[in-house]
Amino acid sequence: MSVVVTGLGVAAPTGLGVDAYWANTLAGVGALDRISRFDPSGYPARLAGEIRDFVDEDHLPGRLLPQTDRMTRLALVAADWAFADAELTPSDLPDYDIGVITASHSGGFEFGQNELRALWSKGGQYVSAYQSFAWFYAVNSGQISIRNGLRGPSSVVVSDQAGGLDAVAQARRQIRNGTSVVLAGAVDASICPWGWVAQLTSGRLSEHDDPRRAYLPFDEDAAGHVPGEGGALLVLEDGAHAAARGARVYGEIAGHASTMDPAPGRDRAPTLQKAIQRALADAGAVADEIGVVFADAAAVPELDRAEAEAITKVFGPRGVPVTAPKTGTGRLYSGAAPLDLAAALLSLREGLIPPTVNTRPSERYELDLVTGEPRRAHPRAALVVARGHGGFNSAVVLRAPDPS
Amino acid sequence: MTNRRVVITGVGVTAPGTPGVKSFWDLLTAGRTATRRISFFDPSPFRSQVAAEVDFDAELHGLSPQEIRRMDRAAQFAVVTARQAVEDSGLEFSSVDPDRVGVTIGSAVGATMGLDEEYRTVSDGGRLELVDHRYAVPHLYNYLAPSSFATEVAWAVGAEGPSTVVSTGCTSGLDAIGYATDVIREGSADVMVAGATDAPISPITVACFDAIKATTPRNDDPEHASRPFDASRNGFVLGEGAAVFVLEELESARARGAKVYAEVAGYATRSNAFHMTGLKPDGREMAEAIRVALAQARLNPEDIDYVNAHGSGTRQNDRHETAAFKRSLGEHAYRVPVSSIKSMVGHSLGAIGSIEVAASVLAMQHDVVPPTANLHTPDPECDLDYVPLVARDWRTDAVLSVGSGFGGFQSAVVLADPGLVRS
Repeated sequence: MSVVVTGLGVAAPTGLGVDAYWANTLAGVGALDRISRFDPSGYPARLAGEIRDFVDEDHLPGRLLPQTDRMTRLALVAADWAFADAELTPSDLPDYDIGVITASHSGGFEFGQNELRALWSKGGQYVSAYQSFAWFYAVNSGQISIRNGLRGPSSVVVSDQAGGLDAVAQARRQIRNGTSVVLAGAVDASICPWGWVAQLTSGRLSEHDDPRRAYLPFDEDAAGHVPGEGGALLVLEDGAHAAARGARVYGEIAGHASTMDPAPGRDRAPTLQKAIQRALADAGAVADEIGVVFADAAAVPELDRAEAEAITKVFGPRGVPVTAPKTGTGRLYSGAAPLDLAAALLSLREGLIPPTVNTRPSERYELDLVTGEPRRAHPRAALVVARGHGGFNSAVVLRAPDPS
Repeated sequence: MTNRRVVITGVGVTAPGTPGVKSFWDLLTAGRTATRRISFFDPSPFRSQVAAEVDFDAELHGLSPQEIRRMDRAAQFAVVTARQAVEDSGLEFSSVDPDRVGVTIGSAVGATMGLDEEYRTVSDGGRLELVDHRYAVPHLYNYLAPSSFATEVAWAVGAEGPSTVVSTGCTSGLDAIGYATDVIREGSADVMVAGATDAPISPITVACFDAIKATTPRNDDPEHASRPFDASRNGFVLGEGAAVFVLEELESARARGAKVYAEVAGYATRSNAFHMTGLKPDGREMAEAIRVALAQARLNPEDIDYVNAHGSGTRQNDRHETAAFKRSLGEHAYRVPVSSIKSMVGHSLGAIGSIEVAASVLAMQHDVVPPTANLHTPDPECDLDYVPLVARDWRTDAVLSVGSGFGGFQSAVVLADPGLVRS
């Protein structure tokens, strides 16, 4: 059976909603900028990809605001948009026939920060009653299920920045087990002082102040990434169910695999290449079928090298167009890969590969990196790669819908 | 889905009281409790001051000073317990392709203890809104992202297959096992090291449950504070710990002559889509999860010999799940023994689902069902056989274990002797 994508809900620093995001992504718009949410001048990293045009009250009832972190508000709205885009009303489905599976990176960290501050500056009795759930990793799936009446199988996976793809894979498993529709993906946000200090300890944040020079994957000057906020939620549907209701299909979730790198210091090879090869095998695809790769694009030289090696070993040197539109949004943690899935599906539909912005590709990586203008192409299948801190690798193969 | 079947071949437990499978089972079958006044910090400012703590010495359990330094307590539990499970399984991990071994670790609240402590430091006791990065520990990122638990376990056992943390609140420990089972069934791995961990006994967790009066204020009698299904119960007792299993594809487990504890014969999760913390009294969604898990196992309600209840000791939970059992099991609900080990080891949030699965497989191994401690006067609305106070010798070949959590998640796992399941 096939599992297809019939709806996209996008909340990105470069655009709210699929249309705005896609137009800006094709135009190479960059949203990286000095942090406005708090004063970053005392920290070694000061840039982020913030979503600046989202007004909570325009989208959500007031009663939800005190009990939600920013990431949950964005996720609730992205879910609404995904269902609207799929022209699907969850309550039209039979009981238990629709669920939600999200990934989370670090939960509602800003909410947690504020309650920790209340605890330690004022005392336990000042901690919000909502702290028991508003910060935890399961909150987006829980709140989305309540708002939309989704009573089918739901879950939450946490595999650092690879989790967004693992959530989609788990949604595919549940659909294959008999659930008609699962909303899947991730929306993350933790641009707050406490989240920032924790992220800094990864040693992977860029300390440049020029937004055009700060996040440069596959560039000689790569020196870390810029975090961002947002992500995407996708309506995944049993192909037969989608066909029966005449739904527009963006593409198929054709293959997935995930692997864990060996512990540092063990004399064993990294496993990203295996994840890519297995995702291809799972899709029944050969490398030649893949028309575009959406890269993880860590912008840490050794990680760029590892990813470029994995790609060139599977596809050959400059064997496939590669792009990283996340250079315009920053890395959205678990939200990044689902947003790449959305961009890849739009690429398949429109025959256009969006550019990697700011990077001047280094020759040493032997990648055909798409930069500058969007590239006209007619990919029939796409590969999306995501990696997480701590050895996580995940890969998804998407196929364009059958033109007939 | 393929016809691949999944069995449990190794068990590790780090439960309140003395860590280890044997101490855990001795505690449960004696009907003793591990609940006490909180010793990790001064609990006197808080409404609820009791918890079920693990007497855990990380060094004694083989962790190196650097491992201890970089891991939150919950990660330490996970690694130590995973090693136990691997040892118990007798599986030579060096003889298995590491790509075919994955890890799924459930956790509701991640490194909450480490985060609480570190926030206190970088904010200088809450004084600084712009917290000071110069005071952050170097491994703070591992607390920020609880996916580090899956990494630590994978690195400890040498797994290079699909690895993740599953975090669905208080059903995480069941959902992690369900997730790992699905991964083996679909053929993405042959062995999964799966279970759950949580170490939430810190001021922020105690304060947040105080705020919604979810935990018991029975501070004058900590040993008897967790009282599921009893008319006098007034909230749960926070716990901590971990349970981890080795899950294997049945045929390869048989081929190597492995000891098989139980088959993970059925699993399902449903959501109530009702309220982040509230439950409807009818138990409908939990009943549906039970129904689907039984159907997947191809078992009838009458085949279930023991029900390991969520039994948290809140009024709404105890009534909700009693209704769910009646709705899903029919008349059999009145005949089958049902018990809550939270009466003895407290509620360790995401970990408890796996700890309860451990209790369930041990019940199958020993043909003894653990009791519900502290149950003297049942709530009149809870009218099932909750095995009060004393463990019972009871032929146990199939067990239903359920969980219910914030976010509305309702999950059910059916464990059975593989010979019982009609393939």
